[in-house]
Amino acid sequence: MKTMMKLFLAGVAFAGLFAAAQAEDKPTIEMMSSWTSGGEAAALNVIKTEFEKRGGVWKDSSIAGFGAADAAFQNRIVAGDAPGAKQGVIGLAAADFVGQGLFNPIDDVAAAGKWADALPKSIHDLISYDGKVYLAPTGAHGESWVFYSKEAFGKAGIAEEPKSWDEFFADLDKLKAAGIVPVAWGGQPWQQTKVFNMILLSQVGTDGFLKIYVDKDKSEASVEGVKKTLEILGKLRGYVDAGAAGRNWNDATAMLITAKAGVQFMGDWAKGEFTVAGKEPGKDYGCMIAPESKGMVYIADSLWFPKTNNAATDKAQKLLAEVVMDPAVQVEFALKKGAIPMRSDVDKSKLDVCAKKGAELMAAGAIVPDQAIVLTPQQVGALDDFVDEYWSGGSNDAASAAENFFAVFE
Amino acid sequence: MPIKRKPNLAATIALLPTWFAAVAVFIGTMAWSIRLSFTNSTLFPSSTYVGFAQYSKLFSSAKWLASLQNVLIFGILYVAGCLLLGFLLAAALDRKIRFESAFRTIFLYPYAMSFVVTGLIWQWMLNPTLGIQASVRSLGWESFVLDWVVNRDMAIYALVLAGVWQGAGLVMVIALAGMRGIEAEQWKAARIDGIPVWRIYVSIILPQLGPALAAAGMLLAMGVIKTYDIVVAMTNGGPGNATEVPAKFIMDNLFGRQNLGLATAGATVLVLGVVIAVAPFRYAMHMRARAKGAA
Repeated sequence: MKTMMKLFLAGVAFAGLFAAAQAEDKPTIEMMSSWTSGGEAAALNVIKTEFEKRGGVWKDSSIAGFGAADAAFQNRIVAGDAPGAKQGVIGLAAADFVGQGLFNPIDDVAAAGKWADALPKSIHDLISYDGKVYLAPTGAHGESWVFYSKEAFGKAGIAEEPKSWDEFFADLDKLKAAGIVPVAWGGQPWQQTKVFNMILLSQVGTDGFLKIYVDKDKSEASVEGVKKTLEILGKLRGYVDAGAAGRNWNDATAMLITAKAGVQFMGDWAKGEFTVAGKEPGKDYGCMIAPESKGMVYIADSLWFPKTNNAATDKAQKLLAEVVMDPAVQVEFALKKGAIPMRSDVDKSKLDVCAKKGAELMAAGAIVPDQAIVLTPQQVGALDDFVDEYWSGGSNDAASAAENFFAVFE
Repeated sequence: MPIKRKPNLAATIALLPTWFAAVAVFIGTMAWSIRLSFTNSTLFPSSTYVGFAQYSKLFSSAKWLASLQNVLIFGILYVAGCLLLGFLLAAALDRKIRFESAFRTIFLYPYAMSFVVTGLIWQWMLNPTLGIQASVRSLGWESFVLDWVVNRDMAIYALVLAGVWQGAGLVMVIALAGMRGIEAEQWKAARIDGIPVWRIYVSIILPQLGPALAAAGMLLAMGVIKTYDIVVAMTNGGPGNATEVPAKFIMDNLFGRQNLGLATAGATVLVLGVVIAVAPFRYAMHMRARAKGAA
């Protein structure tokens, strides 16, 4: 009985503590994100610093792993204890939450900051639901990048960037001959899907890509495109080291940084890792769009603002939305994270060579959305399964696999 | 004639919270999950009923079927491996060796670790570019291959290996306790008859350890259904579907893929599986108890 009493008292004291913390009038926000790698954390810190400078109080709830953070967030929402802000991609994943009325709109901030003029129209449409703005975009990422180690290329005697897949595979052979791991392969399903997508874009072009993912087109041209994609993907298996299964993307990037590997297929956030390691784009490492590709796959990050029924948090959410869309913060964040600023009116002169290339493609409209933007989470999962099964199954029957591809949309 | 006891009111009241927990928490949530499995729920529960659509989707999913097969292979080998190795370890320790308690601690230690830690350790050891394979190769044996964790056909056995390493200690402790309970006279009698030691273990000790080993096996088997963390830590279900397990399938669909309907259908199938496996056993126990009561 005595221990029960003690427990009870401890509980009361704990609850009192909480009440005291909430009574502070400073806008306090709990930020839940999966940005934990070196570059990502540095980028998040840009937002945090500016937020604190403007009088906010920042509580960090970082969780390693995109899926793990999503699961934790979902649990907190269901339990009625939502964090003040959550980092998530712009796309269908947020739609369910907004539809259920669980997010706060940030319309007034968007109106005051003239977001409609500052953002590309397609992005502004994606962050609005039923005419109201709900998400605050942080930056866009190009995903069809092939990074290469200049040191490794030098050792293998590769003078210039390959222009076609044939040249690309010839260069991989040279790397192999020089005793370097040709491809630093990230062995998680989501990473493999990104490689699949960048090859697909190089094979079917932007229109064909949109036809497949947006219109779910099953015509012969689409099937043929998927088949050619799978053939190239299958060929890559021969250039991957034995430890690739399950490898994190940043571990793969580290292989390039130390010149143990030649190339890595990854989104431009990999630049953040290079930057943290003190490597410079164009000097220590190069970035090129996947061979034969005339455009770029992109994905965009944003902050979500769940309803917490707490006036102080509401205030903090608005302040945070303002901070995130601040032109200076957008550039600084993009530099640290390796992203492209979402606002089109920022000073692009500070961006590195790779980001400039990406920004050009974006401005030219030569971009297609990542699957997370146009597919539901179930479909994204099915796509991951499909690519992973083909990659790890060792099946070289690209034709029959291509036929199965379209089951992803069911 | 059993004595009829009056129900104790105070005890009944004291047990009420437990009753409430059992009914509301266990049965209630179970019923709720089963209900969800008949709806088209995605991220949030919905009340649009779709009949058995989620189940037909589930059983047409190659991933789910692979996960069932995997958990079966893993379960059988894991339980059998733990029982065998645990019994052998116990028999070895039972030989009145020096430093017995030190060995006991070492062998039981893995069981004290979480499956996540076990999984990570074994993932590192079996990773071809970091672990055993790399070290042996660096010693000069260039063609040495130990790539179970990344090999589609072997990955499930890598899981079994790690699982047995973790679980054998538990069986050892239980079996050893059982062996210590066996009368020393039996040993003396067998010695006088000139029976070899291995024969004593197989024919005399093992039959008497039946209940202890059955309890250990039951504990391990219950862990099999829940197998999740070791898979996530070691292979994350890969390569491909090679080590996918039902619990991971359910978790993925519950949280990563915002697919409550499919996930609860999977969970329901899993619960049904357990019920079907346990029911005949419980029934047999019940019948045996009744037969004893009648006699």
